[in-house]
Amino acid sequence: MKRSLLIALQVSVALVVVVLWHLASTTTLFGDPKTIAFFFANPVGVATRIWTWFSGGTIWYHLGITLTESALAFLIGSLGGVVFGFWFARKPLLAAVFDPYVKAANALPRVVLAPIFALWFGLGIWSKVALGVTLVFFIVFFNVYQGVKEVSQPVLNNGRMLGMNERQLLRHIYLPAALSWVFSSLHTSVGFAVVGAVVGEYLGSAAGLGYLIHQAEGVFDVVGVFAGMFVLMAFVLVVDGLVTLVERRLLAWRAS
Amino acid sequence: MPATANTAVRLHGVAISFALAEGRRYDAVAPTDLLVGENEFVSIVGPTGCGKSTLLNATAGLLQPASGTVEVFGQPLSGINRQAGYLFQQDALMPWKTVIDNVAIGLEIAGTSRTQALSHAREWLERVGLGAFCDRYPQMLSGGQRKRVGLAQVLIRDPKLLLMDEPFGPLDAQTRLIMGDLLLKLWSEDRKAVMFVTHDLDEAIALSDRVVIMSAGPRSGIIGDFRVPLERPRNVAEIRHDPEFNRLHREIWDALRDQVMAAYNTTAGASAA
Repeated sequence: MKRSLLIALQVSVALVVVVLWHLASTTTLFGDPKTIAFFFANPVGVATRIWTWFSGGTIWYHLGITLTESALAFLIGSLGGVVFGFWFARKPLLAAVFDPYVKAANALPRVVLAPIFALWFGLGIWSKVALGVTLVFFIVFFNVYQGVKEVSQPVLNNGRMLGMNERQLLRHIYLPAALSWVFSSLHTSVGFAVVGAVVGEYLGSAAGLGYLIHQAEGVFDVVGVFAGMFVLMAFVLVVDGLVTLVERRLLAWRAS
Repeated sequence: MPATANTAVRLHGVAISFALAEGRRYDAVAPTDLLVGENEFVSIVGPTGCGKSTLLNATAGLLQPASGTVEVFGQPLSGINRQAGYLFQQDALMPWKTVIDNVAIGLEIAGTSRTQALSHAREWLERVGLGAFCDRYPQMLSGGQRKRVGLAQVLIRDPKLLLMDEPFGPLDAQTRLIMGDLLLKLWSEDRKAVMFVTHDLDEAIALSDRVVIMSAGPRSGIIGDFRVPLERPRNVAEIRHDPEFNRLHREIWDALRDQVMAAYNTTAGASAA
């Protein structure tokens, strides 16, 4: 299918939904528009709200906070995941001993940690970063662990025969192999970093997109909730687009 | 077997066995002796699963023999064989490095400066006919091209001994012939000692000075050792029509046939792999 046609079709899906939404919240076509608007807001109101946020500049502060939290969570979580993943993969005894504890820690739904983190790290950004880290860490950890374990045996033997010592094997073979797994899980881990930040904000904070949505919900401001959700969606899409750019650059060797 | 003064590899009573489940052992190779001369191209031919690659890995130092000794240029081998270059059957290039980085790495880790290593690598890639592919990644090349890179990667270090484990096995018939010619051309420049493992008797005769036949496993061993008095330089595709080639082929095949059938019978009924 031609790209232009595909984009046209994709845009028309959004148009149809918005038009239906608009009709439902302003005409009697689907029932009482007041009730529908109360529960589902209306597109014009949402657009106006988003416009006000951006033109007034208030939203940038919240976006900045959420972005900072996500970025920190991603960086710290990835770093920890790489270090521990590597360490465990190279020390089978360590991995065997800690295996049940790693599984247990990973089995815990992270949301329940949010109040604890708020208690430990306060209501500022660090409790959100901590929540994001617990999510990102395990994704990266398991990927690196697997990546190092499954380094191709011929490639490894080839490195040995080319004269590499343990340190050189680490640098030229184990590390790139592990990092390629990290990069291929980039979308998931960046996504989880954002989830950690927003959920953390939602459960207790004074700034950020999650806070904005939570505030709006608190006063039954449905327009505000929907506006917040749309900004959040756009935010995640932009971040995801950036990740794709980074990925293309770093995993150039995977392209055929 | 030539008892030359200049021996590149001397296997003395090398036996190889693997641990199986429940403490049992599988004796892959019975105690084996083999000499490879300094400038000699020796092929090891045998049926599938006869342990020819295992013998090669023992010479490379990747595998510890259960008993016996491996001597390389008169020195007993311990650990990785530093004098040897190894061309693997499977893809062994680092996929995250460009072609030229893959070739240069052997020099770089040995301490050569990066610029110098890269310029050497470029020369070697020219020699294997891949000068235009320096900045590609291995995934972007065909199987034959990857083997050329592998050859450059190994030869750039100028090893005194070349170990090859069915290096052209995964390639199609035409590409094998071309790679055989390329190998002979590069080899003729300085005639390194070569141990070349293959199951293709035609390839073995066309390339080698000597063809060594191994019996079917388990407890396989060397059951035949044939000189190949064909003149060099050889053309790998043309030499198959040489009457002397055909005579040799028949003679060696007579020794090999029973082993191939034996190996076939032990694996027939099992998986077709």
